[in-house]
Amino acid sequence: MTENRDKQAETADAAAPAADDARAAAETAKEETANLPAERQGPKPKLDIRNLNFYYGTHQALKNINLKIPEKQVMAFIGPSGCGKSTLLRTFNRIYSLYPNQRAEGEIWMDGQNILGKDVDVNLLRAKVGMVFQKPAPFPMSVFDNIAFGIRLYERLPKAELEERVEQALRRAALWDEVKDKLHKSGAALSGGQQQRLCIARAIAVKPEVILLDEPTSALDPISTARIEELVMELSEDYTIVIVTHNMQQAARISDRTAFMYLGEIIEEGETDQIFTAPREEKTQAYITGRFG
Amino acid sequence: MNLYARRKFINAFNLTASVLTTFFGLFFLVWILWELFAKGFAGLDWSLFVEDTPGPGSEGGGLRNAIVGSLLITLTGIFIGAPIGILSGIYLSEYGRGTWLAATVRFVSDILLSAPSIVIGVFVYGIMVAPLGGFSGLSGAVALAIIALPVILRTTEDMMLLVPDTMREAAAALGAPRWKVILSVVLRAARNGVLTGVLLAVARIAGETAPLLFTALNNQFFSLDMTKPMANLPVTIFNFAMGPYENWHDLAWAGSLLITLVVLGLNIVTRAFLRGKKH
Repeated sequence: MTENRDKQAETADAAAPAADDARAAAETAKEETANLPAERQGPKPKLDIRNLNFYYGTHQALKNINLKIPEKQVMAFIGPSGCGKSTLLRTFNRIYSLYPNQRAEGEIWMDGQNILGKDVDVNLLRAKVGMVFQKPAPFPMSVFDNIAFGIRLYERLPKAELEERVEQALRRAALWDEVKDKLHKSGAALSGGQQQRLCIARAIAVKPEVILLDEPTSALDPISTARIEELVMELSEDYTIVIVTHNMQQAARISDRTAFMYLGEIIEEGETDQIFTAPREEKTQAYITGRFG
Repeated sequence: MNLYARRKFINAFNLTASVLTTFFGLFFLVWILWELFAKGFAGLDWSLFVEDTPGPGSEGGGLRNAIVGSLLITLTGIFIGAPIGILSGIYLSEYGRGTWLAATVRFVSDILLSAPSIVIGVFVYGIMVAPLGGFSGLSGAVALAIIALPVILRTTEDMMLLVPDTMREAAAALGAPRWKVILSVVLRAARNGVLTGVLLAVARIAGETAPLLFTALNNQFFSLDMTKPMANLPVTIFNFAMGPYENWHDLAWAGSLLITLVVLGLNIVTRAFLRGKKH
């Protein structure tokens, strides 16, 4: 470090007349870094959350959240119950706006657009940002129609093509072999783990860019949980994934980055390995070692 | 008596009392059904369905015109009442949650639910029969629709509210617009319940007499013209039971049994519907 600085100093001294040029070049470089974070700061952010505040009526549930969620990686939100992880997740597809007393302030940028903006079509947004919920909620229709429902919303496909898309989605969700003989049976007749994979298949069938998972395995047995975790890691090759989990081992196993939240704030965010092995914040340390939460 | 023995005594006493009162209630129900079957069953034959109501003093006869009239009036009533009831039920559960308007609609509907049916008959007399200058099957159907409306409205609302919000969120999260979420997912999940409400409403209005007295009146002859007075079972039963002729009495019993069987059948069907609710 010292050597480097000395070298720089030498160079600067030696090329005194060119110092101004050098400074100008350095500044240009700085600007470029800001414009193209992808090259300098790892993967480019898919979601860029700026000064986000969230209210349930008058109760403030999120306080000044700033966070970048990298593209095609798994980002995990951990933290004790009621810390706002699910609330934060629910702002990414504006599902909260189904409820008139819930309100978000701030900005969330995705692909150059502020998705909290007034002119955003929430239905189109939700077609791009899929979501899987804590409790699997298969629609009251057949397995096939459960998947086809979302596809039919935005695409008019010939039958054969639709069938192929459904099969693809089910294969992708590692469910095809189990349901290929009961595609026309009710989705509610599947087991809990299968239902949750059905919901994942349903979400990826509409070809979203981001998938939000809100404690997707908390109602499932360990074997189903393992299958879904595998699936999530696979999916992260093509999708940006954000997962809320109560289970810290799960976050450690499947995520690339982890954000620890507490009382509506992000206490610490970083590489998952760093968060779990060398947290910078005392609260993170206390939480991951089980001292509270 | 120690505390435990005392408790056992109170338990035994209350158990006996509740069993006895249950039997007391059931006793009258069984008695009514027994009388109905005993006296009505004799009259249940083919002529009931092919012959029209007999005039005073004439022999035999059946209930064909009354049965057909009742079917027409009841079904028309349901066709008017069900869409309005289902749509307002959807409004209450999906759009109006927590609004002042929904609370008012719900309150008014509850009042309507317990309003004496004769009041509704007089109301329809006032708005339809008097201005149009005559009794008609259609005005009878309107009166029955008003009675069916709150039943359908509240069952629809209740059944739609039973569909968990997670289902609505899941559909909305795929990018489905609100009407699509409601029609394709929520209403579909509540389908059997809503249908049950409609069937219960049919059962409710099938035996209504008072509103028809002021609207459809009655007709001794077979008629399919809904703009004219129309024969119907409840009013026929009412008239025949009060009349002096033996064959009228028999027909009144047979008609009562018929309505009871239809209502019983509808109730059994709705139970089957609700039981088979799993998709």
